[in-house]
Amino acid sequence: MRYIIALMIWLCPLVATAQEWEDQNAFGPASADTTLRVLSSTDTSLFVPIIEDFLQERPDVSIEYFVTGTAQIDQVFRAAAEDFDVVISSAMDLQLKLVNDGFSLKVENLDQPQWAQWRQSLFAFTTEPATIVINRGAFAPGAVPQTRQELIAAMRARPAIFRGRVGTYDVRESGLGYLFATQDARASETFWRLMEVMGGLDARLYCCSGAMIDDLVAGELMVAYNVLGSYVAAREDVADTLEIVLPSDFPTTMMRTAFVSSRTEVEQEAAAFVRHLVEVQTGPRNPDVFPLPPLSAAVDETGQAVISLEPALMTYLDPLKRKTFIKEWSSAVIQ
Amino acid sequence: MDDAVNVAGSLRARLALTLIGGAAAIALLLFFVVRTYAAQIAQSGQDSILEASVTSILDAVTVRDGDVEVDLPYVAFSMLSTEADDRVFYALWQDETLLSGYEFLPVADPPDGGDIVLVSATFDGAPVRVATAARILVGANARTRVTVSVAQTQDALAGTLNKISRNVGLIGSGFFFLSVLVASWATNTTIRPLERLTHSITRRGPKDLTPVARPVPMEMAPLVTSLNSFMARLDTSLKQSEDFIAEAAHRVRTPLATVRSHAEATLQRVDREDNRQALRAMVRAIDESSRAAGQLLDHAMITFRADHLETQPVDLVELVEDLVTRLTPVAEMKDIALTVISAGEAVVEADAILLQNALRNLVENALKYVPEESEITLEVIATPRPRIEVRDEGPGFPPDQMQDLAARFSRGENAKDTIGSGLGLTIAKDVAMAHGGDLTLTNMPEGGACVTLLL
Repeated sequence: MRYIIALMIWLCPLVATAQEWEDQNAFGPASADTTLRVLSSTDTSLFVPIIEDFLQERPDVSIEYFVTGTAQIDQVFRAAAEDFDVVISSAMDLQLKLVNDGFSLKVENLDQPQWAQWRQSLFAFTTEPATIVINRGAFAPGAVPQTRQELIAAMRARPAIFRGRVGTYDVRESGLGYLFATQDARASETFWRLMEVMGGLDARLYCCSGAMIDDLVAGELMVAYNVLGSYVAAREDVADTLEIVLPSDFPTTMMRTAFVSSRTEVEQEAAAFVRHLVEVQTGPRNPDVFPLPPLSAAVDETGQAVISLEPALMTYLDPLKRKTFIKEWSSAVIQ
Repeated sequence: MDDAVNVAGSLRARLALTLIGGAAAIALLLFFVVRTYAAQIAQSGQDSILEASVTSILDAVTVRDGDVEVDLPYVAFSMLSTEADDRVFYALWQDETLLSGYEFLPVADPPDGGDIVLVSATFDGAPVRVATAARILVGANARTRVTVSVAQTQDALAGTLNKISRNVGLIGSGFFFLSVLVASWATNTTIRPLERLTHSITRRGPKDLTPVARPVPMEMAPLVTSLNSFMARLDTSLKQSEDFIAEAAHRVRTPLATVRSHAEATLQRVDREDNRQALRAMVRAIDESSRAAGQLLDHAMITFRADHLETQPVDLVELVEDLVTRLTPVAEMKDIALTVISAGEAVVEADAILLQNALRNLVENALKYVPEESEITLEVIATPRPRIEVRDEGPGFPPDQMQDLAARFSRGENAKDTIGSGLGLTIAKDVAMAHGGDLTLTNMPEGGACVTLLL
């Protein structure tokens, strides 16, 4: 009986803090003086090279890397900010709101242009467009739609092929999906028509880019909308099957961002990690070693504008606004 | 009299300090006024953006089916982007219920009319500016009051203020520096007439008591008027005393001459040796008194004529020879030879009467001090500057007193047993100075004194 009670007492904290991670890895020597706890939405495989590069310079540090969805990151971190030292996410709006609400520390000695940082606390380190990824099997060569309008037309023309085989983010679950959707909606009415068409074709809804790519490769999806092109490009097995389309009517480009938790106890190391991250992603680098797309200028040569880091990102995070948007989105997609 | 003036403070320093101090005070005042004003302008800039943001949100509030809906406009927060990435907070209240936003944001209680209330407060450890407005909405069932607050931190404002402070500081310093330059210029300009007056008075001859004629600034007029009247009084008083002395000497001389002739006549008639002795002493005393009176007269005349020189070409040789001729009888009484040395004529522009007077005093002086049966030489030298040297074979001047001997009523230590007034050298010196020359006293190596009258 005593053993059972002891076991229960021992298990209780585990149960209480139980958190389902998509992935969880430790790097560096177990005997290290300092452990950095990194909360991230980026797949471990994409981040490993940067972590290892950092650990080479800092053998006294080890890193615990936790991966979860963007919306989850916001919830988990708000609930227990002291449990993490660095927060990395692709949901710029949630990140900006965390910084706005005082969850971050300033990082000195990191000179980034105004558009790539906010309050010297939140630092962008990639530039990644939302793309349309298609299964080459669904379109004749040369007939691949290049804009949202063309995609709408293609889906309307052959509903039999696309029914149940189109996918996009479930904006209710995914922070990044919500960011893409709201920015699309701001940019053009076309977004709503596209959502209605996709809804009419019984669109499948996903939590993350990885799952959509898996289903595209498996042939269960013909078209996926607002997928991170970088995830597709990082997978070597898909080049023959899938094609990435950068919609030429209007682009939606996000930046991955990182900040140091205000509750960290290892500020020096956390700041060093963020500095290292930004330096790797902005300096000259070998794309074979570091698969994450670099941080490029705010407006690149194709005229792609990046979602800017400004307080306006908080607009769609307002509960009332979000409720209205989700209602409209649901009525379009889930018919 | 003590020559050192009792100096307390400096006009120049006081003027400069007042001007510079004033400039510093004004520069400081300028700094604070401009900074305060700039702060108000910067604050009103932030306020108007906050007001616009609140207004845009309040406009987006609607009542649909009895429910309050707020379609938060993107621009409401977008317009709050600043250079310094200021944090933004907001709160939407329906009556006493928080609809969304930051529950603990400090909020003022605004009037219903839509007027915006602005307050400065602190939120989450940062100073913020909060704009709040309220609106009454009438739905199907009831009236409801919606309050909208938007707050922003003040980092950009602080940055702007720092920049303004720095610039205003620079401008203030520049202004101050210019003021210092102007102050030193103004000080010098103001002090200059005073310096000019001082200079012109210092440069005057010792007898020049004419009023100051140069124009002076109004403020100095009373001083110069007093100075002029003081000098005029001094002049008058000097003239009066000279006149008095001359008058006195003149009046004494005539009765003295009468007394002397009586004494001489009596001497002829008296036979007793001790009586004759007494009478001779009397005659000598009368002579001395009469000579002193004569010298006083001479001195008075010289003082008068020195201010109004009547110059004419004078041949110094002729003048000296004339004098020697007149004094030879006196010299012969003591068996003293008077010799004149010259190389042709030496004509100068001078006041003959004054020169004669001076020379006569010098020779009489020599006659008084030299031993009997000696020689007095008068040499006239024409070049490089005309001068007359009077050399004797007497005891010479006491070396330690040579500087002071020409002063009025001063007599050498070795002259105690000789009768004299002490005015002889003074008269000669005054004449020399009146002609722009000087009188120098030297002792010759072979003995005897040498007086040089330089013209």
